[in-house]
Amino acid sequence: MEIRPILSALMRSKVSMILIGLQVALTLAIVCNALFIIGQRLDLMDRPSGMNEADTFLFGSSGFGHGFDARATMKADLALLRRMPGVVEAAPTNSVPLLGGGWSSGVSLKPQQKTSTANTTFYLVDDHGIDTFGVKLVAGRNFTPAEIEDHDLGQRVQPKVIIVTRALADRLFPDGDALGKQVYLDEDEPRSTIVGIVEKAQEPWVDSDEIEHATFIPYFMPYGNVSRYIVRTEPGRRDEVMKAVEQAMAESNTSRIVGRLRSMEQIRQEAYANDRAMAIILGVVIVALLAITALGIVGMASFWVAQRTRQIGTRRALGATRFDILRYFQTENFIITTLGLVVGGVLAYALSLWLMQQYQSPRLPWYYVPVGFVCLWALGQVAVLGPALRASRVPPAVATRSV
Amino acid sequence: MTSSHPRSAKSSLLGYYLQLGLRSLRRNPVLTALMVAGIALGIAASMTTLTVMHLMGSDPIPWKSDRLHYVQLDNWSGDQPFSEDGRPPDQVTYQDAVALMRAGKADKQAAMFKLSLPVQPENKDLKPFQSLGRVTYADFFEMFEPRFEYGSPWSRAQDEEHARVVVLGKEMNEKLFGGQDSTGRTVRLDGNDYTIVGVLDTWNLRTRYYDLTNGAFADPDEFFMPFTTAIDLKKRSTGNNSCWRSSGDGWDAYLASDCVWMQMWVQLDSPARLAEYHAFLDNYVTEQKKLGRFPRPLNNRLLNVTEWMRDQRVVSRDVEVQTGLAFAFLVVCLVNTIGLLLAKFTRKAGEIGLRRALGASRRDVFSQFLVESGVVGLTGGVLGLVLTGFGLLAVRALYVEYKTVASLDWLMVATTIVLAIVSALLAGLYPTWRACRVQPAAQLKM
Repeated sequence: MEIRPILSALMRSKVSMILIGLQVALTLAIVCNALFIIGQRLDLMDRPSGMNEADTFLFGSSGFGHGFDARATMKADLALLRRMPGVVEAAPTNSVPLLGGGWSSGVSLKPQQKTSTANTTFYLVDDHGIDTFGVKLVAGRNFTPAEIEDHDLGQRVQPKVIIVTRALADRLFPDGDALGKQVYLDEDEPRSTIVGIVEKAQEPWVDSDEIEHATFIPYFMPYGNVSRYIVRTEPGRRDEVMKAVEQAMAESNTSRIVGRLRSMEQIRQEAYANDRAMAIILGVVIVALLAITALGIVGMASFWVAQRTRQIGTRRALGATRFDILRYFQTENFIITTLGLVVGGVLAYALSLWLMQQYQSPRLPWYYVPVGFVCLWALGQVAVLGPALRASRVPPAVATRSV
Repeated sequence: MTSSHPRSAKSSLLGYYLQLGLRSLRRNPVLTALMVAGIALGIAASMTTLTVMHLMGSDPIPWKSDRLHYVQLDNWSGDQPFSEDGRPPDQVTYQDAVALMRAGKADKQAAMFKLSLPVQPENKDLKPFQSLGRVTYADFFEMFEPRFEYGSPWSRAQDEEHARVVVLGKEMNEKLFGGQDSTGRTVRLDGNDYTIVGVLDTWNLRTRYYDLTNGAFADPDEFFMPFTTAIDLKKRSTGNNSCWRSSGDGWDAYLASDCVWMQMWVQLDSPARLAEYHAFLDNYVTEQKKLGRFPRPLNNRLLNVTEWMRDQRVVSRDVEVQTGLAFAFLVVCLVNTIGLLLAKFTRKAGEIGLRRALGASRRDVFSQFLVESGVVGLTGGVLGLVLTGFGLLAVRALYVEYKTVASLDWLMVATTIVLAIVSALLAGLYPTWRACRVQPAAQLKM
């Protein structure tokens, strides 16, 4: 192998070599960390909410004026919604997963407990709630119509029965025997009995540390004059039902404002808008970076080829094959890239360390750097291929021409 | 070149170098395009992110941001801090807000919270709609200085009287009264009539810094109402509410609870006043401790506007990371340009040697090549500016709520141009220096 002549040639253009190497190094460091961040965001976005998101939508209604009867309106609205064609189920709720706003509170195992055992979000629903959300009941039972209590905002939250997610059940009762157990949602008696466990229902906040902790409470509660409804439609009919519901609601009662109807898909999109934006922006930076680096290699290699035309001709005249010339430039690129990659690997871990300290981000998994090595080797080889092929086509006769 | 007119000779030389530079750039159009595109992309990426970061974090009220202070009192549970890093709650309770307002120890003070109310327009062609407003005290307007299009704020006396008055935002006045002077008229909100005392002019706040808890980039408030009047409505804030223990049953228990749901701002016109007010707060909390409240150690804070914005991370981590990576990208682009210019100038060694042999000084060669890299930089900068514009459009599409912070101002345009030229000159400096070191004789040998 002609490593030695390549090295001595490189030593004569140290600066160019350092520049290309530096570019490769920075590219590796940035691409590894950016890809890792993108991966984290995609993982976040990939988490299921536990709901039927495809066929559900959410909207609010706020009454106004002094004569407004919130409770009667809610009953009428729900009856109307449940009668509408295409609607499978409808329920009142204060919030849903991914919404970004809701009610969060502590749960305790003893009265007046100093620090609560776990935190949870509250979903205040009626006996149609579990079905409308589309969450899967894995133990126990749903609420019965008789268990739904009228509740006022500002009253203590002390329901007789509750349904919790499996994650919350396991946190409260690690032995897995949560069903039938009693917990305190308020500080004092009475306690609430867990009558059902659902497989999964996220909290409304996507950045929550305890996102799987949710509690369904059988409370019928207008929030002042404001109420919120979740509706599940027959598969594929969501958009059509949304239009019909908007119209029916507006016509049924003119002393209230019907808020914007949002499908769960829209709500999900809004919840993860920032993560998606971050992933897209970093993706664009990665693509631009790789393109610039590749083009830089092409440009530099082209110059080297042009600069060494005579030497190439001489080598060809002395018996080197076209393949030898091609291999010379490929090897040269490989050496430079490798040197850059070694530095870049260190930089990548250093950058990751800095991100960990500044932003509490997780550590860059070890395999990102080796995979980055392979990708950038390939990128370098592809980028240098054009100029190298051009070099290999230099005829031996060039050596005999002067300037 | 006329040696008798050095000045004009100099300027014509510059013109000559420009010509040489342009010709040289035209000779390798692909390479030139590559260098220009590199600089443009690097500039666009870094300026797009820098603009967003700069506008997000910029001082929204520079002439008095150090005099406006956000009050934080640590009324949280003795068993568990409000946040793990020991920061006090980001809002205050009703009872503390009212006590501080009554004491009136600051130069100006305003407690506030966010409230959503239905509007019932007089005009029957308009359907009732929900609007987001702010409940606060008269001092709010003097502290945060929105301009009035019509009328004026309500008075402190009206705060005392629980007056049914309201100040409308410009947009709401536009919607309800076609933008006419509506002062003296009434507007019906949730069944009650309020007399309009003032209408705000356009109030473009980049960050709604006075209520960061409920979103720094939230839409502007559509109406303002006296705090005392709104409390009579017995309506809870539409914004965040946090409690560390059950608030008990009913409205009165809620008002007396340790739930935090209000923002409290004070204006303190000198460092001495700030120290005094801090002492007053500590004293207040010590008194409250005697009543069995405030189980935690003294932990009151009075951050000013910019400190509060930093504390609440108005400039998000994502934006910081994006900006950092974008600048690293710019460095790669510059390294790329240096490499390409270097290669290019090296190839011109013969030409340089010839010029040097014919009498051109090192300085001449230096200026000639610097002009060439300057042209690359300027073109890249202008292109980068255009791309920055598109970049900001993309940011606005990606982050709907950033519409106020993703726009170019003059400062940023100027920064972009300067950054581009400096970058290109920096990139051109080393290759140019190398080019000047060419020995005339060495290159002329065959």
